[in-house]
Amino acid sequence: MKQTLVQKILARASGKQFVSVGEIIEPKVDLAMSHENGALVMNQFQAIYEGTGLELKVWDPNRIAIIFDHRVPAESKKTATNQKKIRNFVNTQGIKKFHDIRGDEMGICHQILPEYGYVRPGYVVVGTDSHTTSHGALGAFAFGIGATEMAAVWTLGSVLNVPVPPTIKVIAEGKFAPFVQPKDLILYLIGKITAEGANFKVLEFHGSAIKSMDTSGRLTISNMSVEAGATSGIVPPDEETLRYLREVAGVKENIDMLSPDEDAEYDSVVNIDVSSIEPQIACPHTVDNVKPVSAVEGVEIQQIVIGSCTNGRLDDLETAANILKGKKVARNTRMLIFPASTRIYQEAMEKGYLSTLLKAGAVIVNPGCGPCLGIHQGALGDGEVALSTTNRNFKGRMGNPNSEVYLCSPAVAAASAITGKITDPRKGA
Amino acid sequence: MAKIIYKLEDDISTDIIYPGRYMATVLPTETPQYCFDDMADLNKMLNSKEVPAGSIILAGKNFGCGSSREQAASTLKGHNLIIVAKNFARIFLQNSVNLGLQTVSCPDIEANVGDELEILEGKVINKTSGKSFDTLPLQKAQQEIVDAGGLIAYTRKRLLEKA
Repeated sequence: MKQTLVQKILARASGKQFVSVGEIIEPKVDLAMSHENGALVMNQFQAIYEGTGLELKVWDPNRIAIIFDHRVPAESKKTATNQKKIRNFVNTQGIKKFHDIRGDEMGICHQILPEYGYVRPGYVVVGTDSHTTSHGALGAFAFGIGATEMAAVWTLGSVLNVPVPPTIKVIAEGKFAPFVQPKDLILYLIGKITAEGANFKVLEFHGSAIKSMDTSGRLTISNMSVEAGATSGIVPPDEETLRYLREVAGVKENIDMLSPDEDAEYDSVVNIDVSSIEPQIACPHTVDNVKPVSAVEGVEIQQIVIGSCTNGRLDDLETAANILKGKKVARNTRMLIFPASTRIYQEAMEKGYLSTLLKAGAVIVNPGCGPCLGIHQGALGDGEVALSTTNRNFKGRMGNPNSEVYLCSPAVAAASAITGKITDPRKGA
Repeated sequence: MAKIIYKLEDDISTDIIYPGRYMATVLPTETPQYCFDDMADLNKMLNSKEVPAGSIILAGKNFGCGSSREQAASTLKGHNLIIVAKNFARIFLQNSVNLGLQTVSCPDIEANVGDELEILEGKVINKTSGKSFDTLPLQKAQQEIVDAGGLIAYTRKRLLEKA
């Protein structure tokens, strides 16, 4: 029987040769990730043990990762107290994959996991964060779960009652035009299949455009797969995956390269010619409200944001620095940059990108989720409009229901920072 | 029989149900106050304590899309609401099952604020219009968690079996 990549991963994780779509299984978890919401996971974990008389003990401390990123450094006593409780728990339970608020190791969870080699092809990865789909970029079946479900994983080491999801095959062929980026491809796809187009399904990415894309771009695509409702967005591992894991993540161990069977059965197939895509913009207030940049050029912007688990990597900062070199951010526009990790921060500093961006007038914020979800920094004023490389533009997302968020690529964000209006980067801003 | 107290459109995100700025509040006992905090009228209605337990919020497609934050389910559960929607986003639906928030997937539902709905196995009857609409059942595995009294009780049972 032929299987998709996710079927293969789930078969192995449940000790079977084959699993069929819709079958209910209980896959073993290779990595379980939480961030500050680990405080709620702890609460639910303790509730499971209540009255059992058993010693409170996670199933495997080596398979749990906790990364502080949502509110770093803490913005309130409540957050600081949650972080303190988690820190104590991590120490008591012997959890080593813990990234605290430190300049030598912090970052957004979805950047830290790949960077530190915590994710490998074929892994089952769960995270109490919807953008856990990111890790599909490295060939893992990675999906978001709630805190109570994570507490069950901490207890039993498996995810209970998982139906094997059907897979949509996305074939992206061709070469990107100048100033058109992986972000434009995923926005285009979400616009095409809608915000619920892949609900309860997996997106499996193929084609020459994916083959020639580096891991940073693949992370952008897998990251936003959840915005089409996808359980996971997965790229079959290849030479680029190996390169990233060996050279960037420093993985020494054997890496298992799983691939889908050629004639596996797919739910549907979506074909995209990337050479015909122009820069894309997701307009307020849904991520699938996608238009080509030409349709929204000229919209005035008060806040430009470049960063997040979607587009806060070195190549994203490089794109911005190249466009903004010797230029200035428009007077009535503010520009916030938040690198996805301190490693990226450091590298961007060494390469001079941060200096270029600062000179242009951008503000560099420390790595973390920052303005993306409006809980910490970079909230919008009433009636203000943001243009952001982040992943969501829901009403109120950046902290104010009376504001608007447009989503775009780093190239569009940087070109627009100069004019203070949504600008097509191909027009040489 | 229960009354629809509010009607929402498609794609209601967890940012609308439970804004990100309250995510440091995690305990299910503390989340209900912030339910739909950016929708002043709905938040006020829910916090007035005048909404009877078992009241219905009616929504369109893809209810609960976005973040995995479980507070979006616990805040609604805290108000003892029933959510009837055309369909639900995956993580939100699973969180609801795990916490015991009652959800009803009813793809063709036609109803308005003030209508009384009777929720039966496999269908919903709009008592006000007299029309009946088919509902989609939870998956068997999800129903087992509901029947066990939620995921905490279900997992505890499994833990004790293993111990």
